[in-house]
Amino acid sequence: MVDSTLVLNGQTIAYTIYAIVIILLMAWFGYKVTTEGKASVIKAKLFYAFVIFLAVLGVSLHLATNATIPWVSMDLNRANITPDKVIEISVADHQFKLPDDKLVVKKGEIVVFDVTSEDLTYGFGIFRKDGSMVCQMQVVPGHKNDLMWKFEKSGIYTIRSTEYSGPKGHKMVLSDVLEVKE
Amino acid sequence: MSFKDTLLNGEQGLFKPNGLTPMQKLALRFVVVGVLFYGLTAIEGMIMRMYQIEPISGINPEHFFAIMTAHPLVGIFGSSYSIVFGAFLFLVPYLMKKPLWSIKLGNWSFILVTVGTLTFWGSAFISHYSPLYTLYWPLPADFSQFSPVGGAVFILGIALVMVGTIFFVINIFKTIAYTPEGHEKVSGRAMLASATGFSWKESIFRKKSKRRENLVSLPVAAIARGTVDTMLNAGIITFTGVLILVYMVAAIFGTSLENTAVDALLYKNWFWWGLDLIADGLVLIFVAGTWYLLAMLITGKDLYMARIARLALWVELIVSWTVWSHHLMSDQAQPGFLKIISGELVTAFELITQGLAFVITLVTLWSARPLKMTNPLKFLLGGLLGFGLAVPAGIIQADLGLNRILHNTQWIIGPHVHVAILVGLTMTLYAAIYFLLPILSNGAKLYSQKLANFHFWAHIIGGIGMGAFMGMAGMKGMLRRTIYYNGEYNLYMILAGICGALLLLAFFAFLYNVIMTFGVRGLIGIFTPAKLKTKELLPQAE
Repeated sequence: MVDSTLVLNGQTIAYTIYAIVIILLMAWFGYKVTTEGKASVIKAKLFYAFVIFLAVLGVSLHLATNATIPWVSMDLNRANITPDKVIEISVADHQFKLPDDKLVVKKGEIVVFDVTSEDLTYGFGIFRKDGSMVCQMQVVPGHKNDLMWKFEKSGIYTIRSTEYSGPKGHKMVLSDVLEVKE
Repeated sequence: MSFKDTLLNGEQGLFKPNGLTPMQKLALRFVVVGVLFYGLTAIEGMIMRMYQIEPISGINPEHFFAIMTAHPLVGIFGSSYSIVFGAFLFLVPYLMKKPLWSIKLGNWSFILVTVGTLTFWGSAFISHYSPLYTLYWPLPADFSQFSPVGGAVFILGIALVMVGTIFFVINIFKTIAYTPEGHEKVSGRAMLASATGFSWKESIFRKKSKRRENLVSLPVAAIARGTVDTMLNAGIITFTGVLILVYMVAAIFGTSLENTAVDALLYKNWFWWGLDLIADGLVLIFVAGTWYLLAMLITGKDLYMARIARLALWVELIVSWTVWSHHLMSDQAQPGFLKIISGELVTAFELITQGLAFVITLVTLWSARPLKMTNPLKFLLGGLLGFGLAVPAGIIQADLGLNRILHNTQWIIGPHVHVAILVGLTMTLYAAIYFLLPILSNGAKLYSQKLANFHFWAHIIGGIGMGAFMGMAGMKGMLRRTIYYNGEYNLYMILAGICGALLLLAFFAFLYNVIMTFGVRGLIGIFTPAKLKTKELLPQAE
C-alpha cells in the first residue's frame, strides 16, 4: 500500500497546476474581453463536448483514485478482510482510553482501530512526527467506528481527535503512543 | 465639497434618502446591514487568524470556539442572507415589472434576520455557547460544557432568523405568483411551475415548434429555485432548533433528558442534508442566477445557451437534495453505497452544473467584447474565479481515497470553503452591489474609483492567498476547529494572517467608500420611514 504522503504530494502538484492555469486563464479573459477583437460565441458542438468532458472528469477522478489508492477498496471491503491485529480504543469525557500505554504494530500488517465513543462525537486521527496526517475517521457514539489500515513506514506516531467535541476537545492529543516496527 | 460635507451628505450631495421609495429603502437596509455583518465576520475571522499563529492571552479557548461558532453563522445569515434577501426582494419585482407582494413583510424579514443574528451572536459572546453549527449530536445538549440558558438564547436567535427567512420565501413566491391590480390575469400556479422548474419537460423534451414560452425570465427562475432550498433549509433548522430547545428547557428546569434517544449518525445525516441545501444548493443556484443576470445586464445580450442554463439550475436543485453524504465519508457506519453514490458521484455533478454556469457566463460576456472593465464586471470575474478554484477543491475532498487524508484539515476550510465564500460568493455579491448601487440610490455617485480598485485587488489577493496558505497547512496535517499551542504551522498561519489582514483592509476601503458615497446622514436616512408612499420600485418621473 502506498504511503498517504505520496497521495498528498500528488494531489498538491495537480491542484497547484490547475489553480495557476485557471488564474492565468481568467486574467487573460479579463484582458481580452476589454479589448477590440472578434466577439464570436463558441459553437454548440464544442459546448456539448465540454459538458461531456466535465462529466468524464468528475467520474474519472473517483475511478482513478479507486484504482490507485489502496485504502479505498480495503475500507469498502473491510468486513470481508481478516486483520492481523485489532486495537480496541474507547473515548469518554474527552479522553482516549488505550489498551496499553504504547500501541505497537508491525509494518505491513493489517490493523483495525476499533474506536468506541461513550458520550460525544469525536475524531480519531494518526499523525506523523512532522504533524502530517496518515489517516483519520469520525468516532460517532452508538455506532461501530473501525478504521482498517496498513502502515508502509515504521516510525512513531501521534493519536489526536480530528473532530470538534466542544472546547475541551482540542487537548485530545496522545503524543508518540503508536509505534510501527519493521 | 469639503471632507466634512462629503462625510455628512455623501459625494456631491447626490444621495437624497427622502427621494427613495419604500422598496429602495428596504433593499438598501438589507444591503447596509449585510455589509456591516460581513465586517463583523471579517474581524472575527482576523481574531481567529491571529489566534492560530499564537493563542491570544485575553481570549480563552471557550471564547475562541464561541467566536468560531458565531463566525460562519453571522457570515451566512447576517451577511449573505441579508444582502441576497435585499437584492432579490428588489430584483424579482424589478425583473417581473410588478410591485413586491408585501413591503411590510419584507421589512419584517429585515428586522427578524438582523435581531436574530445579533441575538445568537450576543449569546455566543456572553455565554460561550459553542457547538459549532449544532452539527454533532449530543454536543448541542452537552450541558457539562455549555450553559442551557445561553444555548436557549442562541437557538432563539437562530429561530428569529428562520422566521425572517420564511417570510422572505413567502414574499418571493407570492410576488412571482400574484397578479397586481390593473395587470392582465395570469395563473399563479403556472408562474410558480415555470419558476421552480416543474414545467421543465415542456421546454426541454418537446419539439421546438410545440415548446411553450417560459413564463418567467432565467434570473427569476434561478431565484425561485434557490428559494426552494432556502425554504427546505429553514424547515430543517427550525425543527432541529426545537429538538435542541426541548433538551435545554428540560435542563433549565432541572431534568436531564436521555440524549441517546437521538441517534448521532441519523442526526448528522439529517443536519448535513439540511446544511447542504445552503452550501450546495441555494448558494450555487443563487450565484449562477446572479452571474447570468449580470452577464445579460453588462452585455445587453441574451444569455448563451439559456435553455441549458435553465435546465442546469433545475439539476442543481435536485443535486442539492442528494449530495449530503460527501460530508460523511469518514463516518465508518455510514453505508458505503451512500458514500459512493451521494458522496462521490452526485457531488461530481456540481462540477458539471457550476462548470456550465462558468462557461455560459464567460461566453455571454465574450459575445459583447470589447467591454469596459467596470466594477460589476471585474467583481463578477473575481466571483467566477473563486468558484473556478473552490469547486474542484471540493470535488477532490469528496473522494473516498482523498477524504481519508483531508477530512477536517485546513484544506477543507481554506481552498474550498473560504475561497468559495469569500472569493466566489462575496465577489459575486459585490458585483451585484456595485451594479445596483446607482439604481437603488437614484444615481448617487461612487466616492472613489481608486478605493473600489483597491477593494477589488486586496479582496481577491487576500481571499485566494488566505485559502492557499490554509490549504498548504492542511496538506501538512493542520486540522480545523482546534488550537495549536507550539507554533506547529506558523509559517503558513502567518502568511494566511497577512492575507486575512488584506481582506480586512479591502472591507474597510469598501466601507469608507460607501460612507463617503451616501454620507452619514444618507445612511441614517435609509433606516427612517420612507417619505414617498408608493408600491412602485423606483420614484416615478414627474
